[in-house]
Amino acid sequence: MKRLALALILLSILSIFIGVKDIAIWDIFNLSQEQIQILLLSRIPRLISIIVAGAGLSICGLIMQRITQNRFVSPTTAGTMDSAKLGILISIIVFPQASTLTKMIISFIFALIGSFLFLGILRKIKYRNTVIIPLIGLMLGSVLDSITTFFAYRYDLVQNISAWLQGDFSMIIKGRYELLYISIPFVVLAFLYANKFTLAGMGKDFSVSLGLNYNQVVTIGLVIVALISSTVIITVGRIPFLGLIIPNLVSMYRGDNLKRSLLSTAILGAVFLLFCDILGRVIIYPYEVSIGLTVGVLGSFIFLYLLARRRSYES
Amino acid sequence: MIEVKNIIKAYGNNRVLDDVSLNIQKGKITSFIGPNGAGKSTLLSIISRLIDKDFGHIFIEGKELDQWDTNELAKKIAILKQFNHINIRLTVRDLVSFGRFPYSKGKLTEEDWKHVDEAIEYMKLKDIEHKYLDQLSGGQRQRAYIAMVIAQDTDYILLDEPLNNLDMKHSVEIMKTLRRLVDEKGKTVIIVIHDINFASCYSDQIVVLCNGKVFEKGGADEILREEILEQVYDLEFCIQDINNNRICVYY
Repeated sequence: MKRLALALILLSILSIFIGVKDIAIWDIFNLSQEQIQILLLSRIPRLISIIVAGAGLSICGLIMQRITQNRFVSPTTAGTMDSAKLGILISIIVFPQASTLTKMIISFIFALIGSFLFLGILRKIKYRNTVIIPLIGLMLGSVLDSITTFFAYRYDLVQNISAWLQGDFSMIIKGRYELLYISIPFVVLAFLYANKFTLAGMGKDFSVSLGLNYNQVVTIGLVIVALISSTVIITVGRIPFLGLIIPNLVSMYRGDNLKRSLLSTAILGAVFLLFCDILGRVIIYPYEVSIGLTVGVLGSFIFLYLLARRRSYES
Repeated sequence: MIEVKNIIKAYGNNRVLDDVSLNIQKGKITSFIGPNGAGKSTLLSIISRLIDKDFGHIFIEGKELDQWDTNELAKKIAILKQFNHINIRLTVRDLVSFGRFPYSKGKLTEEDWKHVDEAIEYMKLKDIEHKYLDQLSGGQRQRAYIAMVIAQDTDYILLDEPLNNLDMKHSVEIMKTLRRLVDEKGKTVIIVIHDINFASCYSDQIVVLCNGKVFEKGGADEILREEILEQVYDLEFCIQDINNNRICVYY
C-alpha cells in the first residue's frame, strides 16, 4: 500500500517532466513563462485525467465484479462502454449542437440502461458458468456496437465515432478534461458503500438475510459504474482491460473485502495507467503511442497470467 | 414461535407448496424432510422472506412477516443457503464480522467485536481466522458460515441442507453444534435435511413434506415408521431402535 502510493508519486513527477518540450526537474523554481504554460495547460491536466480515469475505471471494474459475482466482468466486457458509445452517437445525431456535458449525460443514461440490461439478462439465465457471464456481456456489447456502427455509417459519422473509441491522453489539455471531475464524488460514494458492495457480492440471499436492501445497493453500484465510465469515455476514450485486471490483481493479495481493497485498487489503477502512458510517450519519442495500445498489450499479458493463475487461487 | 398458515406457492401451473400450515416451536430443532421437489427449500425461503408467497400468512412471534422491518427481522432470523457456491475472497474473520451488519452497518463497535470473537471461539476457528474462505476445506467453510450466523445473534437459525458435501465426521460435528446452540443458547433451529437418520437423532420435531403438502409431523418416534416413509419415498424401509434412536435402513 505504502509502496503503491510511493510509486504513484514518483510516476506523477516523472509524467510532468516528460514531453516534447524539455522541462527539467531542477528548473522547477525558475520556470520560463512558456514552461509554466505547458505545465498548466497540458502536463498537469494530463496527469490528473490519467489518475482519475485509472482509479475510476478500476473501481468500476471492482464494483461490477462484486455485483455480478464474477471476476471477468468489467465495463468493457459487460456492454457498459458500448452503451455509452451508442449514447454519444445518439446525442451527436439528435442534438448536433449539444455541449460535451449534454453528450455525457445522454451517454451516462445509455450506459446505465445497458448495465441494467446486462444484469437483467444474467437474472434470466439459469446456467451461471464463470465464463458464460462475460461472454454474454461481450455479445451484448457487440450487438450494441453494431447498432452504433450501422447508424454511424448511415449518418456519415464513422470516423467521428471511432475517435471516441480510441483511448488517448495526448488530446487532453486545459478545458477538455474537467468533466472528469464529475466522477470524483462518485468515487467517494463508492468508498462509503464499500461494505455494502462486499455484502452484495455474497449474493442476494446472504444480503437479504443480513437486512441489506440488495436492489438499492446494486442500483447505486451501477449508477457509479455508468457515470464514471461515461465521463471517461467522453473525455479520454475507451481504455481496455483496466477494469478487468486491476481488481483481480489486488484481490489476489488483499482479498475481496472492499474496505481493504478499494483504495489499493484505485491507486494501482492510477499507477498502471500512468506507467502505460509514460511508456507510450517515450517508446517512439518524440511521437506517441496511444494509451489504448500500450494498456492493451500490457493488459493482455497480465490477463493471460491471471487466467493461468486462476485455478490455483480460486480453488 | 413461527406460525405458517395456508401457504401456497406456484411456479406456472406447478404448485410447489399447496396449503401448508404448521407451527415451529421455540427452542427446538425442527427438520424438514421429504423427496426432491417436495417444497422443503421453498418453504424455508418463504419463512425467511427470501422469496414471496402467493397466498397465506407467516407469523414470526405473532407479527406477520411483511409487517417486520427488514433490518429488525435480520436480528431475529438468519438463513443460510447455497453453502458452497460463494465466490468471494474473504477471511474467516471478515465473514463472521459481516454477521454484525444488522447491528452496526459495517462500523463495528467493541460490543460487535466481542460477539465476533465469541462466535469464532464457539466454532473453534481461532487458528484459521485469518485464512481466506477459498483456502478452507468444505467442513471448515461450513463452520465459518455458521459462526457468521452465531455472530448475527438471531433467535431463529434456518439452514438449507447444512450437511451437503460433508463427510460423516463433519456432518456429526455440525449437527452437534446445532444441538448445542439449541440446548446452551436457547436458539431455534430449522433445517432442510436429506439424511433421515441425522434428522432422527438430532431433531425435536420432524416435518415430512411431500408434493407440496405436509404429509406428517411429529417427534422422531412418530415419523420414523415404515408405513409413513415407504409412502413418501417409494422405497422399502427397515426401521429399528438402536441406542434409543430410531434408525432406518433403506439401501
